[in-house]
Amino acid sequence: MRILEGEKVTKYFGGLAAVSNVDFHVDEGEIFGLIGPNGAGKTTLFNLISGAFTPKSGIIKFKDKKISGLSPYKICRMGMARTFQEVKIFPAVPAIENVALGALFGTPKPMSPAKATKEAGELLDFVGFSVPKTIPAGGLTMANQKRVEVARALATQADMVLLDELMAGLTPTETAEAMELVSKIRDRGITVFMIEHVMKAIMGICDRIMVLHHGVKIAEGTPKEIAASKKVIEIYLGE
Amino acid sequence: MVFSKINWKKVAITWGIPLVAVILVGFLPQYGSAYWVTRVSYFLMYIILAVAWTIFSGTTGYISLASAAFFGVGIYAAALLGESMPLIFVVLIGGAASFVLAFIFGAITLRLRGIYFAMFTFGLVLLFKELIYYYEINIEGLRGRFVVLQSNETIFYYLLGIFVVTMIVAYLIRRSKFGLALQSIGQNEEAAAHTGVNVTMVKILTFAISAIFMGAAGVIMATKWTYVDPGVAFNLMISFTPVLMAIFGGMGNIYGPVIGAVLFAYIQEVLTTGELQKYYMLIFGAVLIGAIVFMPNGLIGVIQKLVGLVRKWRKGGSVAQNANT
Repeated sequence: MRILEGEKVTKYFGGLAAVSNVDFHVDEGEIFGLIGPNGAGKTTLFNLISGAFTPKSGIIKFKDKKISGLSPYKICRMGMARTFQEVKIFPAVPAIENVALGALFGTPKPMSPAKATKEAGELLDFVGFSVPKTIPAGGLTMANQKRVEVARALATQADMVLLDELMAGLTPTETAEAMELVSKIRDRGITVFMIEHVMKAIMGICDRIMVLHHGVKIAEGTPKEIAASKKVIEIYLGE
Repeated sequence: MVFSKINWKKVAITWGIPLVAVILVGFLPQYGSAYWVTRVSYFLMYIILAVAWTIFSGTTGYISLASAAFFGVGIYAAALLGESMPLIFVVLIGGAASFVLAFIFGAITLRLRGIYFAMFTFGLVLLFKELIYYYEINIEGLRGRFVVLQSNETIFYYLLGIFVVTMIVAYLIRRSKFGLALQSIGQNEEAAAHTGVNVTMVKILTFAISAIFMGAAGVIMATKWTYVDPGVAFNLMISFTPVLMAIFGGMGNIYGPVIGAVLFAYIQEVLTTGELQKYYMLIFGAVLIGAIVFMPNGLIGVIQKLVGLVRKWRKGGSVAQNANT
């Protein structure tokens, strides 16, 4: 079943089409990858889905409801959470409260602060956060800040998460841990839509991959098909 | 935060000490001179303004310079309604009018960020001042208005009451999930929005709540000044001073703006009335620069640091003792 669907999604920045007529869909329970060179429009597409931007034309549907044009907080409460390419945490707030915010505000139904804190603690354990949870998030390592961000997204009880370059800036060991985490998230029944530059990671865990170039979709398929696609190889390695 | 268990020792400190302090101050008119009653009334006015300002701007980082506009609304509420109804109703109406106004202007301006928001709120005060000057002179044929005088004690107790309510509201907001949302907006608004916080609504509502206390304080101060005109009512110093007081005192703790307001007002009074009068601005500027350079977290930051050091020292001592036994 399709959980997310986009039809002819288009967004301009000035005269430049950052995302142009892109059709896509994500099936429930899969890990869907999005790749493309810098400036391909990947993050713009995420911003369109999460409500940061409104598409100029086209429509985005989540669980069969139109979400394009809604405010980010509404989309979040419908069950769609995200992380950011440049980690966006609340630096002076303790790690656990960073996560609790998601449980307090982002869930479809409100919950008590005590329950939110408990949930936040469990999610931090789930993402492999192993330092004291009361440390202000700004003082954490990059890997732990990313863990906090993922836990915060999960705390909203999302059915789908958008992960924007989760593995950028991580060491090889941390990248392996992050790959494992993505699989664990999917095993919870959460659909994953991820942008990634680390090819090993994306080829290893995605069910399907879409390739964007200059805002246009140029390929879509299984990792094997993408790896063999002449068009994709041309874009990445030159002719 | 709201998430921790009840710690009775902490409750005694957070509620007991302030309660005793408020009661002690409450008896001031019985044992203090009229001079001190007046002086403490001014302290209370500045504390209310600084704490109310911090409720919104301290946590979200949106620097509002509109305090004088809401204060002025309270002043005009007193001028227009003071004769026809009891003071308590005028205070409530002044607060409510400020709330409504702040809500409307918040809805318009809180899409602006950083310096643009500060400039707009600054312009708001000037706009009000000029509009009311125009209205009074050209339509009413007046320059200023008289306000019914209240006794020093009445003014004092009203301000004390508003102060207590302001502190309780500031405390509750800080401790609630609403406070966490405000903090998250201040630290990364985009992330807050994508985590389910209705950032626009939270900002507008908090801005409007903080304006209630400014308006209420304006009503009371008008009854002290007895004659008001738009220049008095929309005095820009009422916008700037509380900001400086809050920064001076520090905003990391609810008592920061309180300590900042009292000390700041006291220093101001000493400098403007004593022999140092000539050098007032000079010394004042030096004190402010010193405070910003050497106390980035304000007075409260210095106090917290000292308390932390003492605790560490005592802890170290007890660890050493345990090792001996």
